[in-house]
Amino acid sequence: MFDEKMIYLDNASATRLDERVLKAMQPYFFDTYAVATSEFGYSQGIEAREALQKAREVITSRLNAGPEEFVFTSGSTESSNMAIKGVMMALQKQNKNHLIISKIEDFPILYSAKNLEKQGIKVTYLDVDKYGFVDLEQLKGSISKDTALISIQHANQEIGTVQNIEAISEICKEKKILFHTDATHTFTRLALDVKKIPLDLISVAAHTIHGPKGVGGLYIRKGTPLTKWMDGGFQEFNRRAGLENIPGAIGFARAVELVTAQENEQLMSLRDHLISHILAEISQTTLNGHPERRTPQNANITFHFIEGESITLHLDMHGFAVSTGSACFSRSLEASHVILGIGGDHERAHGSIRFTLGRYNNLKEIDKLIETLKEIISELRKISPLGKD
Amino acid sequence: MKFPYSEKVLEHFRHPRNVGKIEDADGKAMEGSPACGDMVSVQIKVDEKTKRIQDIKFESYGCASNIATGSIITEMAKGKTLEEAKKISWKQASDELGGLPAIKAHCSVLAVEGLRSAIRNYEEKHGLVTDKTPTTIEIIEKRLRKVMNPLSGLDLVGTKLIKKIELKEGVAKIDVDLPENHQFANSIKEEIMEKIESLHDIKKVSITFNG
Repeated sequence: MFDEKMIYLDNASATRLDERVLKAMQPYFFDTYAVATSEFGYSQGIEAREALQKAREVITSRLNAGPEEFVFTSGSTESSNMAIKGVMMALQKQNKNHLIISKIEDFPILYSAKNLEKQGIKVTYLDVDKYGFVDLEQLKGSISKDTALISIQHANQEIGTVQNIEAISEICKEKKILFHTDATHTFTRLALDVKKIPLDLISVAAHTIHGPKGVGGLYIRKGTPLTKWMDGGFQEFNRRAGLENIPGAIGFARAVELVTAQENEQLMSLRDHLISHILAEISQTTLNGHPERRTPQNANITFHFIEGESITLHLDMHGFAVSTGSACFSRSLEASHVILGIGGDHERAHGSIRFTLGRYNNLKEIDKLIETLKEIISELRKISPLGKD
Repeated sequence: MKFPYSEKVLEHFRHPRNVGKIEDADGKAMEGSPACGDMVSVQIKVDEKTKRIQDIKFESYGCASNIATGSIITEMAKGKTLEEAKKISWKQASDELGGLPAIKAHCSVLAVEGLRSAIRNYEEKHGLVTDKTPTTIEIIEKRLRKVMNPLSGLDLVGTKLIKKIELKEGVAKIDVDLPENHQFANSIKEEIMEKIESLHDIKKVSITFNG
């Protein structure tokens, strides 16, 4: 009944750790396990400190940023909380109490905004078009003298749409408004250069690129006002208290080093193969997101007239792991706010399946997926009362 | 391998019994809507003399627990009298399946409601309904909420496709805001007929399309 090897296609949620990452981390569990001390500390602590600094350099060089502009966190959820709450708190003193985000942001941004709203911050939730793109005119029109921060994701977590952050950052720069972007699903997969794009804050994470879970970071452009909200010691340039996760940081850096342009091209070709074959070989399917401006690893397709949890369960029984925007699958029992945000109805959200690729997927697996899907979709459609007339 | 459902739920999910429609069904019902997440269609064939369910078929647009409940309920109802089948509860169906997650109750209860509605539909058509509450426009509207536009999967009332409902001396007039040549006009018409015609004091249903 079950295939021996799981074919894992939920790499946007978490990825398998690369052995080379583990190997890089290992000495920092068993040999150099001391706290990163000051430069006047004992030798193991100084070693730990230097290793942390090196990891920081590796990661920030991918952003073309300086190492002092980067803070390690427990993941991109913390990074985005820190960016949004930190900036809003810092600028409240100047009576800047307006935040702009898009409707389809990931939960850390969305719920940080909702939380701040309860505390009196004004929030504008920008609409997106059918592909998920933010309307730049609406963005410009929403800006007021009170606007402190604009937070628009680099790419969407569900449908992979890559925003025009170049244009958005130019608007922000011109209006002197801080700009944060959530790059959880693009860091190392797409180029991001802070010398070319005037970004002020960027959330990144290791778990999407075969690094360890529970490690992320926030790029903070020099001079960006940010209130410290994790109080305690003076770690991370006194921006974020707490014992540094040194093995995690080392693992994150190694994971960054291991992502190559060639791998990203490979993912893109697998993605295009998956999308084109499903759309051609299975009727009544809709691609969610933009056909070209999407992350190399993301495909999101609605199979009309059937429900997503039924598809994921069948796929699971055939050895595939994927996710869906269906309400039945989510902990909240709410349909995907992203599919609804791009103008889809509940039916479109319910039948949407997200396939996200990673380093360990290959063409054979994708072909097997397509064949399995054909069977499952046809079986479920036989049971469905919809779409038969 | 770890799955979120019991073996029996998975079994019925993978191999649902009694799927489909009955050509000359005696009672029909459709419960739920894609907007609320799940939908179940139940159709029954009833032995006129014994009032036993001879045949029963279901269709489901829904999650695993919806499909599995639809399947088990058809097995449980087959051969039972209408009175017996009416009494089948969600709890009984769930027990029969070896238990369902509590959070999935709303998806699976639809199948039970579908069975009851199909029985009710049969009783109405055969003048077996003892409750002779006069039909009102509200009752008609409530029933039209269960008629779907198959294209959008949303109900006619919710999507404001019902322009007007008139009711006079047992004649119900319903205006649908869709063109007559709409690809689903006929199936929508049939569904409205099915739902309204069987009401005990309705003599005639006239449906006009004018979108």
